[in-house]
Amino acid sequence: MTEHAASPRRGDTPAAHAPGPQHVVETMTGAQSLIRSLEAVGADTVFGIPGGAILPAYDPLMDSQKVRHILVRHEQGAGHAATGYAQATGRVGVCMATSGPGATNLVTPIADAYMDSVPLVAITGQVASKAIGTDAFQEADICGITMPITKHNFLVTDPAEIPRVIAEAFHIAATGRPGPVLVDIAKDALQATTTFRWPVETSLPGYRPVTKPHAKQIREAAKMLVGAKKPVLYVGGGVLKANATAELRILAELTGAPVVTTLMALGAFPDSHPQHLGMPGMHGSVPAVTALQKSDLLFTLGARFDDRVTGKLDSFAPYAKVVHADIDPAEIGKNRPADVPIVGDAREVLADLIVAVQAEFDAGHKADYTDWWVKLNEWKTTYPLGYEPAPAGGLAPQQVIERIGQLVGSDAIYAAGVGQHQMWASQFISYEKPATWLNSGGAGTMGYAVPAAMGAKAGRPEATVWAIDGDGCFQMTNQELVTCALNNIPIKVAVINNGSLGMVRQWQTLFYNQRYSNTVLHAGPEHDGIAAPAQGTRIPDFVLLSEAMGCVGLRCERPEDLDAVIKQAMEINDRPVVIDFIVHQDAMVWPMVAAGTSNDEILAARDVRPDFGDDLD
Amino acid sequence: MSKHTLSVLVENKPGVLARIAALFSRRGFNIDSLAVGPTEHPDISRMTIVVNVEDLPLEQVTKQLNKLVNVIKIVELDQAAAIQRELVLVKVRADNDTRSQIVEIVQLFRAKTVDVSPDAVTIEATGSSDKLEAMLRMLEPFGIKELVQSGLVAIGRGARSITDRSLRALDRSA
Repeated sequence: MTEHAASPRRGDTPAAHAPGPQHVVETMTGAQSLIRSLEAVGADTVFGIPGGAILPAYDPLMDSQKVRHILVRHEQGAGHAATGYAQATGRVGVCMATSGPGATNLVTPIADAYMDSVPLVAITGQVASKAIGTDAFQEADICGITMPITKHNFLVTDPAEIPRVIAEAFHIAATGRPGPVLVDIAKDALQATTTFRWPVETSLPGYRPVTKPHAKQIREAAKMLVGAKKPVLYVGGGVLKANATAELRILAELTGAPVVTTLMALGAFPDSHPQHLGMPGMHGSVPAVTALQKSDLLFTLGARFDDRVTGKLDSFAPYAKVVHADIDPAEIGKNRPADVPIVGDAREVLADLIVAVQAEFDAGHKADYTDWWVKLNEWKTTYPLGYEPAPAGGLAPQQVIERIGQLVGSDAIYAAGVGQHQMWASQFISYEKPATWLNSGGAGTMGYAVPAAMGAKAGRPEATVWAIDGDGCFQMTNQELVTCALNNIPIKVAVINNGSLGMVRQWQTLFYNQRYSNTVLHAGPEHDGIAAPAQGTRIPDFVLLSEAMGCVGLRCERPEDLDAVIKQAMEINDRPVVIDFIVHQDAMVWPMVAAGTSNDEILAARDVRPDFGDDLD
Repeated sequence: MSKHTLSVLVENKPGVLARIAALFSRRGFNIDSLAVGPTEHPDISRMTIVVNVEDLPLEQVTKQLNKLVNVIKIVELDQAAAIQRELVLVKVRADNDTRSQIVEIVQLFRAKTVDVSPDAVTIEATGSSDKLEAMLRMLEPFGIKELVQSGLVAIGRGARSITDRSLRALDRSA
């Protein structure tokens, strides 16, 4: 994804990356064997918290010259940090926790990583093998608990298995469709004396991800793309995971087809590119959503027809044939039948497609999307993204986010929480490069931003990392700012403070008769949330809170201060900076397709249904 | 909905049955019957799973099963091209008047009487679900005191083996 990220290519065995001497056979404890194995697979950063059962592993970890451990303040922070690290670097993120509550605190980030296909290895201590199943102190069946939210998991009770299991865990996490793998190790296995051997032979007879696409399917897909009148390249996160953005651009420019990038794929194709229509889905751009609806060919690359993209499934893209390329065969045909299914790694698929499309051209077939672009350009010019200004003297949240994007630029990494601010950050910041947008897409985990930004900054210390957070999200995981302050991880956090759980409030505005049940976070005379525009959450005082956690705390309440405050934050690089942006509470995210309705019912703004030129059909 | 018989070769490791059962329940599929046992290879177990689903969801559940790291291979056994058997043990009320009639039914179905006591007979029968159902219907009037039935096991007809190639894969990876 980036030059910094020397990520292992899919299909490689982890043992092939083992640095150091060719064959190592040494006697040591299981705990030492674990740390040596982590070093051997190339893990350089571990986020975690020690506790009873994992304690043996922390002793040799203290001496490791290769593995940096970052002591977080809550295991959930460790998990999201590992995810942010993985998303920003393309390498496997690693987190560590003790048994019982330590392990269960990792459940949310593991589920989050599973939904977003993030390569993650979670290592947990388990009670001694003899105590397993006895309801021992701090015992939890974390393998059982995480079975449906991991790509695979292991319970290790034999110390001799540790190197092999670690090698397999990293291999499974990073290859095929990436995902989280949990390794649960009994305390006595960590304490016992064992033999560390490296490299190890992995034994995964049931794990053979297909990366090379079928040539006949590629030819068929190329023929359809060239022959289509109204195609759309529907690009998902798989293109980023496969480092296939260069190939995507070549195919797009070769054919001239329009491109939409899903929430998980922002940065896979430059936002500024004239062929880019924006993001599809519930809060997607009018041209992107409409292009899919009117399309005659969905050329789907590493995307999964998620309900947030399709809206009501049976009215989604009703005129389109479907080419669906994905590394996970189970995604193909899951929600929408595919006319041409292609199983393969997005990079290999795209590379082969470029050749196949060129062959079509050489044979005299020409792609002609001229009429299609007339329509697309009309939608692009008629329905650009926009927002209503804030009431006089106030800050609009979109304006804050847009200005951060403009001043900080597209080299920075942006991590968002979940809610309105996430959607605005996806809309109003321009993503030009891969691995610059981190968010919780599938799971929608509030509180993701701060720890994910921390993980990204730890993995790419040279990069500028901004968390765009909401005041609701920020109150879930802000304690990791302490971790940032103490470990020289100077991230920037923009709290878009509207004093409410904004996205839920928006739904209450639209669908629950403006009855703001339990979405008001601020304290003030307007407790019921119906009174005058709120002044943001003031309890806690985010500036004081940030200062207390070793950060610089700033506040911005007026449009005229906006640029100065952002610039001030940009100049501070020795500590984390938090800016409390007080914004008005009635801003809403538009466009919007209401849940469960057809994408044809998209509203560009409240009560504004675009004119799609339905006579076209 | 129609019945499908899946033969699933899995690594013989702890927790595999739980993974498979959990996957079915999480994805909203019901298992009609399930039988697990060893194969000719000590590292491989074989599960025979009978599911009652439409074709499209069947494809989805098969693909999801295939993604489980411990699952080596899945084959759907076509009813016409496979031998399918279930085992039933049934305890039937019997006295001096009815015992001979029961034994006659047992013989008709080529079942076996495996235990006799003054007021009951225990019968062991194997066969297809249809045959066993027919037999149980005949025995019902005498009074069924207790019944236990195995999951279905199945094997394809002819010389081809579904385990051959998987075993080679296992040997390669070992």
